[in-house]
Amino acid sequence: MARYLLRRLLFAIPTLLGISMVIFAILALAPGDPLAQFAADPSVPPEVRERIRESLGLNDPWYIRYVKWLAALLRGDWGYSFASRVPVLDLIVQRLPQTLQVVGVAYLVAIFIAIPIGIVSAVRPYSLFDNLATTFAFIGFSLPTFFTGLLLILLFSVRLRWLPFIYDSTLKVVNWETLWLQVRQMLMPVTVLALFQTGSLTRFVRAAMLENLPADYARTARAKGLSEQAVVLGHVFRNSMIPVVTLLALGVPTVFTGAIVTEQIFRINGIGELLIKSIQNSDTPVVMAITFIFAVLVVLFNVIADVLYGILDPRIRYD
Amino acid sequence: MIRCYPALDAGPFDPVWRVVRARWMVVRQEVALNHRLLWSWLAALLALSMVLAACGSAPPAQAPTTAPATTAPATTAPAPTTAAAATAAPAPTEAPAARPGRGAGDTLRLLYWQAPTILNNHLAFGTKDIEASRLILEPLAAVDPEGNFVPLLAEEIPTVANGGVAQDFTSITWKLRKDIKWSDGSDFTAADVVFTYQYCADSKTACTSVAAFRGIKSVEALDEYTVKITWEAPNSYPYQVFTSQRGAIIQRAQFEQCVGDAASTAADCQAANLAPIGTGPYKVTEFKPGDVVVYEINERYRDPERPFFKRVELKGGGDAPSAARAVLQAGEVDWAWNLQVEAAVLQQLASQGGQGNLVTYNTANVERLLINFTNPDPALGEERGQLSQPHPFLTDLKVRQALALAIDRKAIAEQLYGPAGYPTCVLLWYPPFAQSVADIFTDCDQDVAAANRLLDEAGWQPGPDGIRVKDGKRLSMLFQTSVNTLRQKTQELIKANWAAIGVETELKSVDGSVFFGSDPGNPDNIGHFFADIQMYTTGATEPDPTAHLCGWISSAASQKENEWRGTNNMRWQNAGYDALCDQLRNELDPDRRVAIARQMDALIVSDVAMIPLVARPRVAGASKDLKGYNPSGWDAELWDIANWYK
Repeated sequence: MARYLLRRLLFAIPTLLGISMVIFAILALAPGDPLAQFAADPSVPPEVRERIRESLGLNDPWYIRYVKWLAALLRGDWGYSFASRVPVLDLIVQRLPQTLQVVGVAYLVAIFIAIPIGIVSAVRPYSLFDNLATTFAFIGFSLPTFFTGLLLILLFSVRLRWLPFIYDSTLKVVNWETLWLQVRQMLMPVTVLALFQTGSLTRFVRAAMLENLPADYARTARAKGLSEQAVVLGHVFRNSMIPVVTLLALGVPTVFTGAIVTEQIFRINGIGELLIKSIQNSDTPVVMAITFIFAVLVVLFNVIADVLYGILDPRIRYD
Repeated sequence: MIRCYPALDAGPFDPVWRVVRARWMVVRQEVALNHRLLWSWLAALLALSMVLAACGSAPPAQAPTTAPATTAPATTAPAPTTAAAATAAPAPTEAPAARPGRGAGDTLRLLYWQAPTILNNHLAFGTKDIEASRLILEPLAAVDPEGNFVPLLAEEIPTVANGGVAQDFTSITWKLRKDIKWSDGSDFTAADVVFTYQYCADSKTACTSVAAFRGIKSVEALDEYTVKITWEAPNSYPYQVFTSQRGAIIQRAQFEQCVGDAASTAADCQAANLAPIGTGPYKVTEFKPGDVVVYEINERYRDPERPFFKRVELKGGGDAPSAARAVLQAGEVDWAWNLQVEAAVLQQLASQGGQGNLVTYNTANVERLLINFTNPDPALGEERGQLSQPHPFLTDLKVRQALALAIDRKAIAEQLYGPAGYPTCVLLWYPPFAQSVADIFTDCDQDVAAANRLLDEAGWQPGPDGIRVKDGKRLSMLFQTSVNTLRQKTQELIKANWAAIGVETELKSVDGSVFFGSDPGNPDNIGHFFADIQMYTTGATEPDPTAHLCGWISSAASQKENEWRGTNNMRWQNAGYDALCDQLRNELDPDRRVAIARQMDALIVSDVAMIPLVARPRVAGASKDLKGYNPSGWDAELWDIANWYK
């Protein structure tokens, strides 16, 4: 097991190097200019913009910039954002709580809703409940979040005036009242994201359950005289969870990187929002840091998922 | 915001997530896990990075459409420039007598759909940063909506008459107020002003405001409260330094160690950039770059009665339409910046919303068509767009005149821009050059018959497909602009207008950050101008039009030799215009300067070098109970926020 882990982790190094190089090259080759904002402004003439590009090191060939970036990274320096001139990590640390809060809560909500629905759907396939759940699931993952987001805003913020649609990131939860404010402002984004994720997750749980329900061990359990509930929850459900749990583990990295569209719509200052803004403004150090951290998380959780799989299913052995 | 990722949002990486999930369902069947899984991840990540790169070049419809507004003062004469409040009279400036004193109001909520990322004005990367920094950092003088200077940190505006400006215009002397304190309690003195110059004079600091300091020989403190700026040569417009939106004074004590590379790399300087100490009505209490700035009253602000609001919250992000909805319909904020939204949508929100008003104010911005005087044919290779390769037909004045005549500017302005645009025949549409919108739309009504006549006269005959031809050349053009709903609709209208006179148009739209980028290797930007016609908005950022008008002189042509960085990207060559620019630069008399600028404008129009389409005031949204605002197109719109109240 230890050897397996070591091998996997060592293997991750060239993988991450390759990933970072490809991302860097693509970013460097794509046209774009951090100062594009000032393009049509006669008070910032082209030669001034050129000089600033130079001082930001943007005029070096990409491979030289890449080597510099990598060398700095090995010393633990992620660089500074062009737009804010502060260390990239500070920006990420500042935004992580909002993303974890909103996207993380949505992920949990999705899990807690999807699993029971999936189980019931599988136990009574093609019943009224299953048909409703299926419809709901398809609506959930077919509707893009920008659509459901706008719909909710129009209904609850504009028409009914119940909920705010500008996320207040300065709010500090200190008492019940502020907690309620926080819940109110998280309600719509969490709903939008959870709806989307519940949809697909429900289908997975249902499929995994259906696969296991007619299995021999389930029949044996029933033959022993166990109640249907014990069969479903004690045996079938546990086995069905194996693929679902690994799947959920693999979804964790996406929680860290946020939700670009939803964060934009509700003006949540999360990682996804930072990423897309930085891409638009050619703020390379920020884009590199976020994508690279994401790559690391993906590789890491991939290993975790594999290990988890072995724990859940004793038949699998890593030697 | 919604444009990048088609239909998903479990995370930015959702498409990958799905690939992975699908892949996982297959792989889990294989009991022994192997390395193939990792490779599949690698492939997925590759896909991800491509998605990202694609997004990088697919930015916001609203990117940099408007040239950030403004800077300085009136054409030399700081005195009142006949400000007969031009077209869009800024809204209410009520008698400040009625307003309660300092801190009587609670929170003022401002919404900027581009979020500020830095509060040091001199390192600003966009208008949003300049605006957000203006509550804290102030220039010596502001410029009001009529183009007049308003002294802030100075006792008075220097002029030739009061001896502040040298007779030969080689220097200007500012007398500073003696009662100004920084928000940390220390005195504001001439040393701070001199330091601000030194800070930006070091090119390693990478000040984006550095253009204002060009040609300066020295900035010296004559005594503790007097600053003298001397230029290498006479400067007919001596007010561009330390005024308006790019002239903010930073505190020497705070930034002394931040000159050069340290400005961006030293930890203290990074902190200072996000929380500068200022003289303005507010100071920062919390700043999350790219998200929100929270300000509270600077207790040492010079006016004991102001500001009215205890706290200001400037929230950033989202997009213009939803910002409009927030202020006009939901009433969630008090002020929303730059509502660049299609006329129909904006008017509907304004009329049905009931929570806020539209506030328009003048700028110098004009949406215009630029004509390429050189041949952009790709077949020319390296010679493409060079002055040695004249354009096959756009060098024909009659063709250019016909193109201008065929356009229905009124339709464009009314149908697409609504309250945010007036049809215009000229570039200089603001006082003192024009007094009202009637002055700027005089003789350029659409006239298809006249346009057709001109082309007939010039020998362009319709071919079998209706497109005019002469000597084997077809009147077929490539028309490029940035990605922006309004611009694409304008392109469609113009294409139809030109089809009516037998001109074929191919439309192209380029993502804003690429179109306006200055990267020399980027063939799609406005500097290369590898198309026949291009369209964007620009205009002077100060009431004085010299910098803008003289950007189009022959020697400023954008060429391979200067890495496509000349300001004259149409490569228009006109000796008469060059001579007028020289005259303008050397003329010191305010009235004659106005006359020369008008002549230059008239020459651009009569030679059809550019076709002005729509004069663009800026549009903001204000809640119904907000009062006292007076946004200026020549300065930051928040320049007088100390006067705002409810």
